[in-house]
Amino acid sequence: MITEEEVEHVGWLARIEIDRSKSKEYAEQLNSVLDYFKQLDEVDTEGVEPTYHVEDLVNVLRPDTVTESLTQEEALQNTEHKKDGYFRAPGIM
Amino acid sequence: MPEWINISGIREKITDTSAEEVTLSHIDKIRNSRTYGFSAINEKAVEQAKEIDSRKTDSPLAGVPIAIKDNISTLGIPTTCSSKILEGYVPPYNAHVIERLVDAGAVILGKTKMDEFAMGSSTETCCEGPALNPWDTERVAGGSSGGSAAAVASGEAPVALGSDTGGSVRSPASFCGIVALKPTYGTVSRYGLIAYANSLEQIGPMGTCVKDVATVMDVIAGHDPRDSTSIKKDMNYSKSIEKDINGMKIGIPEEYLSDGINPEVQKCVWDAIHKMEDLGATWKSVSLPHTKYALSSYYIIAMSEASSNLARFDGTRYGLRAEGENWHVMASRTRAEGFGDEVKRRILLGTYALSAGYHDKYYLKALKVRTLVKGDFDRALSETDVLMGPTMPDIAFKLGEKIKDPLSLYLTDVNTVPVNLAGVPSISVPCGFADKMPVGLQIIGRHFDEESILRAAYSFEQNTDHHKKRPEGVR
Repeated sequence: MITEEEVEHVGWLARIEIDRSKSKEYAEQLNSVLDYFKQLDEVDTEGVEPTYHVEDLVNVLRPDTVTESLTQEEALQNTEHKKDGYFRAPGIM
Repeated sequence: MPEWINISGIREKITDTSAEEVTLSHIDKIRNSRTYGFSAINEKAVEQAKEIDSRKTDSPLAGVPIAIKDNISTLGIPTTCSSKILEGYVPPYNAHVIERLVDAGAVILGKTKMDEFAMGSSTETCCEGPALNPWDTERVAGGSSGGSAAAVASGEAPVALGSDTGGSVRSPASFCGIVALKPTYGTVSRYGLIAYANSLEQIGPMGTCVKDVATVMDVIAGHDPRDSTSIKKDMNYSKSIEKDINGMKIGIPEEYLSDGINPEVQKCVWDAIHKMEDLGATWKSVSLPHTKYALSSYYIIAMSEASSNLARFDGTRYGLRAEGENWHVMASRTRAEGFGDEVKRRILLGTYALSAGYHDKYYLKALKVRTLVKGDFDRALSETDVLMGPTMPDIAFKLGEKIKDPLSLYLTDVNTVPVNLAGVPSISVPCGFADKMPVGLQIIGRHFDEESILRAAYSFEQNTDHHKKRPEGVR
């Protein structure tokens, strides 16, 4: 069971502000889904390897050469918040 | 009047008139749409068509208009994933599939509505309101590529691209009576596809007939070094449909025709199987015993991947930005305002499933169950060539019927999500009508054996009349 406080905590981890008035509704909805997920407890997965990926590929590499990329102008074209070729954002700390 | 015209019909029209005229007539139909599948029209579409006319090219899709799901990046055309958080975002580059289409002469008509960030099965979580089902505008078009399906079934675009993470091209194709293919994982580059659950999703073609879907596949499939999961393989999809299905071994997963499936849908599917028998195929019952657990495994994996993939939408580089005294508050408020409820629920659940103390219980467990689901397919497809069953458990439901209860909506994906967990290819093809609404037959193949499923779908289509019916107001 996920509590209202946990919903707000997970919201913080996910950087989604949860309105106090809606945390009860979220908790109910999330619990109904988590309750459904409980059915996985029935499955015996002793000795079963996890599948992160269906392909057999490992470490796909390319030669370390400079190739074409977006220009600074193109990379910044979708924001007004920029200065001297950088993105501008409020302070982290 | 809008009409269904296949690619060869479009090319004849271009020869008789011009690519410009064909594009203009499609734009006119989009402007008068009664199903609202499009979210944006490409302002340069007519210019592109004129350019094709002046080049007199013989490329496979020369002058053919195509609709693009709004999670596929299009240079200079807004791409929003039907989300408020990406309002006004204009990609500075094309997705790999768009480069391929443009090189082949296709004309990008515009962008189509989807469930926000492809999270949904009805296109009702689109921030601009849903696309409607052309067969009954009080019903959903399916999802998440509902806009693309509505556009094709309404005769507003001959072909379209969608993306399929857990059934998102097959569900709307089934509900709207058209054809859609979910390719084997790794076949079509995901470069420029805005990620939802990257270990599950593939871009897939949608059209009014099997041949058109194969033609588009020939253009968009192939290796791309910019997607590290892209596979090197040479295929000729159009050619693969030509052979008949005499001697083909069909497996019918008993779990796909369980009690939860609408009996009329079951009847359509059984009629289709018997038709395949008439055409020389044989069938037998098979079991995919972990099907029951696939849905939970799928949703845990998809939500976990989503919680990571959608971290980039933080107000810093593009899209919406809210006010906040520091970056964390700004990002948290931006995401609270910009994401819809379903996207928030999935990110929260994914974050929870990956968080300390719950990772092994949910995420790791889901990955292990994925191994078992994949094993089911490997076993069933070692003794058969293809598997068949209903794409969706029911016909298109009414708008608003399930959207308030997330779990009831998730349950509609029960026959489509196992395919994405296993990474195998699957096609949905019209196989009849129930309550005047289309029913889709799902045909699943082995990894990289699109040939068999396209061939089975094409033989079936050519020997039945289901694809000849049209929604009201469409010729």
